[in-house]
Amino acid sequence: MSLLEVSGVNKTFHGRHEPAISDVSFSLEAGGVLGLVGESGSGKSTTARCVAGLTRPEGGSVMLDGREVVGARRATMTTLRRDMQMVFQDPFSSLNPRMTVLDLVGEGMIVHGIERRPAARRDLVVEVLEKVGLDSSHLTRYPRSFSGGQRQRIAIARALAVSPRLLICDEPVSSLDVSVQAQVLNLLRDLREELGLAILFIAHDLAVVRYLCDSVAVMSRGRVVESGKRDAIFDSPQHPYTRSLLAAVPVPDPAVQRARQAEARRLLDEQRRAS
Amino acid sequence: MSAGNDVLLAVRDLRVSFGTGDAATEVVHGVDVTVARGQRLALVGESGSGKSVTARAVLQLDTDATLTGSVRLDGEELVGAAPRILRSVRGRRVGLVFQDPLTALNPVMRIGWQIMQPLLIRGVSKREARMRGIALLERLGVQNAPERFDDYPHQFSGGMRQRVVIAIAVIAEPDLLIADEPTTALDVQVQAQVLALLDEIADERGMGVLLITHDLGIVAGFAEHVTVMRHGAIIETQDVDSLFASPREAYTRGLLGAVPRIDGDSSVRLLSVDEIAVAPAGAAGAAAASAVAAASALADSDQGNPA
Repeated sequence: MSLLEVSGVNKTFHGRHEPAISDVSFSLEAGGVLGLVGESGSGKSTTARCVAGLTRPEGGSVMLDGREVVGARRATMTTLRRDMQMVFQDPFSSLNPRMTVLDLVGEGMIVHGIERRPAARRDLVVEVLEKVGLDSSHLTRYPRSFSGGQRQRIAIARALAVSPRLLICDEPVSSLDVSVQAQVLNLLRDLREELGLAILFIAHDLAVVRYLCDSVAVMSRGRVVESGKRDAIFDSPQHPYTRSLLAAVPVPDPAVQRARQAEARRLLDEQRRAS
Repeated sequence: MSAGNDVLLAVRDLRVSFGTGDAATEVVHGVDVTVARGQRLALVGESGSGKSVTARAVLQLDTDATLTGSVRLDGEELVGAAPRILRSVRGRRVGLVFQDPLTALNPVMRIGWQIMQPLLIRGVSKREARMRGIALLERLGVQNAPERFDDYPHQFSGGMRQRVVIAIAVIAEPDLLIADEPTTALDVQVQAQVLALLDEIADERGMGVLLITHDLGIVAGFAEHVTVMRHGAIIETQDVDSLFASPREAYTRGLLGAVPRIDGDSSVRLLSVDEIAVAPAGAAGAAAASAVAAASALADSDQGNPA
């Protein structure tokens, strides 16, 4: 049985005719990394929120380790949240500015009754901070005194503090500079290796997904149009949408990129002549 | 120093600071940028590198900034020039495309009105301006351009809005186009379309382009020359093929090694700039912290001037 089993999930937001997502299904093994990709408005964030129990879908099922997330009662949801934690896109708004790093990272340990004694909790927090490349000197500082990349490390530490089995990351590196992005991607790779963590990784940047994920689901207009192993998707995409998406990604290599653009232009001319 | 005939923009020893007296903070520390007529130069750097401030200084868009050094357009000095001269340069000789089409456009004015402004201000008749505006929108791939000309920005999608912004920038046929992260707010397929359009329009009109971006993939496909900036200074300038094939500076190597590639081998670990540019691994944290302090001064000045 997979760690996460999503099947037939639907969600239409109030006042909209078009569903935000419809019939979304995929699964994720323990320790695996699944990339959920698509353009803005494709429904990838809504899917992530339904999985995390932050948005309630109208239909379908989200099973985490055999337990149903959709429609779960409050008490059940609390225990489920210990097993799945979220990291959001913007580390400037996802961390409470009035809390110190110690409080931010330690909060989950109190909520889930992991360690209530302050001194012992402090030690646990330091342990988690060290996993993400921070240390005890950061404990009493506030989010404002950290850079974007460091804040995202704090957000990851906060998620890891309750020893989850699944990390749901919604565009965790898209607000970061490339060099910082590389650090956070490497960190996620190491943590997965070290802790056997499963990651549901939502991103619009396909190159980032290729680097981090071992399977991929491509979303367009609220539906999963194609999913499979990473190399299958990237090397021989079947769906026309996936193909056009991959063709549009610029490659940081002048000769290769010029060739790709020439090919894209040729295809476009062909289409024009055909129509 | 004699500027050759083919030099369109020559920025020399440009320094930009914000604030006055003791509170003045210099954020660009003497940079040289050269764009030849019809050439595409990419100005690349991470946030806080000063690339936007430098580009905006060409047209002196940040009124609270103090400039020293020289900015010559076609040999004419713009630093210290009269406001009348600057106004004649903006839009007419140098067009601008900003990152976010939603804030660059006036939400309460029809897009046609906004596209015509650069012409109307210069005395072109309304009739002719309208004709040229519609033709340009059509050229930029906007369907039903005559009808859509009188729509408001909110009736356009993000990609279509950015076409409108490009239309405003190029309608007066400037010699130089400054594009500040023109596709950062767009989805990847729309980005490809917008870049292809910029490419064609620049070619057709022999426009020089100064492209500000953090995306090395875009640089690879669009630029002929590249200038890399960090912390308000220039790291290196090379033609695009040489820069990617053999970067001279450690920072550039780090930047190139930090970018994941869609056609890349994912077993090769990404570099982070700190690992390569700051020697001892133990000191990386401290160095990063001081870099952050320096960068945040820049970031603050960036935020004060929404692009």
